[in-house]
Amino acid sequence: MIELLLSIWNLVPEALQTLLIIILKIVVITVPIMLSVAYITLAERKVIGYIQVRIGPNRVGPRGLLQPIADGLKLVLKEIIIPTNANRFLFVIAPLLALAPALACWAVIPFADGWVLADIDAGLLYVLALSSMGVYGLIIAGWASNSKYAFLGAIRSAAQMVSYEIAMGFALVGVLMAAGSMNLSAIVESQSGSFIHWFWLPLFPLFLVYFIAGLAETNRAPFDVAEGESEIVAGFHVEYSGMAFALFFLAEYANMILISILTVIMFMGGWLSPFQGIPGLEDLFAFVPGIVWILGKTCFLLLLFLWFRATFPRYRYDQVMRLGWKVFIPITILWILVIGVGVMAEIGPWFD
Amino acid sequence: MNKVKYYLKSFLLWELLLGLKLTGRYFFKTKITVQYPEEKTPQSNRFRGLHALRRYPNGEERCIACKLCEAVCPALAITIDAEPRDDGSRRTTRYDIDLFKCIYCGFCEEACPVDAIVETRVFEYTFETREESIMTKEKLLAHGDVHEKQIAADRAQDAKFR
Repeated sequence: MIELLLSIWNLVPEALQTLLIIILKIVVITVPIMLSVAYITLAERKVIGYIQVRIGPNRVGPRGLLQPIADGLKLVLKEIIIPTNANRFLFVIAPLLALAPALACWAVIPFADGWVLADIDAGLLYVLALSSMGVYGLIIAGWASNSKYAFLGAIRSAAQMVSYEIAMGFALVGVLMAAGSMNLSAIVESQSGSFIHWFWLPLFPLFLVYFIAGLAETNRAPFDVAEGESEIVAGFHVEYSGMAFALFFLAEYANMILISILTVIMFMGGWLSPFQGIPGLEDLFAFVPGIVWILGKTCFLLLLFLWFRATFPRYRYDQVMRLGWKVFIPITILWILVIGVGVMAEIGPWFD
Repeated sequence: MNKVKYYLKSFLLWELLLGLKLTGRYFFKTKITVQYPEEKTPQSNRFRGLHALRRYPNGEERCIACKLCEAVCPALAITIDAEPRDDGSRRTTRYDIDLFKCIYCGFCEEACPVDAIVETRVFEYTFETREESIMTKEKLLAHGDVHEKQIAADRAQDAKFR
């Protein structure tokens, strides 16, 4: 049976073989992302419920585990209403524009040593470029809806994204200087040594700025002014329903996972074991594969996302802008200077 | 000095960490959710739910059509018609409560001199047509017959406070 499959495989032209393998890899990455997006919605409702002394959804399936499936099914079956005066083409294409960059970023993410779809040297730039693309989807959605609230939401998210993109970019510059490479695998490798060698310690302010700017970038609470239920109904996606609406949510949650895993890769040592370099513990945990560590750290950051949402009230709009421009950007610039000095003076154990 | 302290605190996100600590503590608290159809919260014996008309132990209906409940009803939900019965006693021919109007204030129960109209503990009921929202005399009496034991026990428990 296997021989037969192999002989069929060998008949396929080589170019097609590569294409098929790449498509297979994409599926292997995308399907778990979609599943985890579905289950993060459940985790979010559960975590927020627990913090509010409730128990959250528990009716669909055992302990509510089928809730995301039921939600998804409901959204798929619902009608997609297109407002009369909306720009039909842009209205339909906007959710795709929001989702596509969120998924495309995953191409350069190294899940473990060598487990990466596209091991490109400009990985960091690619991530930066694509994560800023996502805002186009929101702006187009807001504009194409031909609705005041949607438009206000779109403008808000555009302004917010632009402000936080800068702080985020500077934080990445710090990582770039410390690691001496833009290849994400190389960045993780340069953090190897021990728990102390990870970049969260020398780049601590940038770590905070990156994660908080990531919260703002994904329009999550407390920076969800673009949605602002109490002020502008739901922001850019008021007019969306059914699957088109679901795509925006897929994009938001996929972005959440992306920001978390990027933070892990750049500041928390990616797939490296936290027990590296500790005698005894290192050997004890040597059997744990790298992917477990990276996913574990990512889950922890995702929990932080949910915890923040349950804790903090939404920022006022001018405060969002103040934080972005007058706090984060000066901090990052200052710390880049500090890193520059550190790299020049080769201060160990990070910069030697 | 205070200013330095303020800046240090705001840069270390001190207040935010305190907030996270609070919500983090609540995460592990015992949950207070009542799983409704399976679990129910305890009810007071003064609970005011669906109405009922009571009978004396010998089967005679209590209501004497004094219309005090109709008069006291703030929502004008009660409509009563009365005529002398064949044996000469005064009884209602019609006793309707419009449940869409009723605000479950319990004044009818308080006004009643013979404890005929009462509000029971029943609160889980639905209507599928508008006609069902009117509790007629027959329905009220039937409801009272079903729950008489509970109704009597609740009144007895409350008697010393009246």
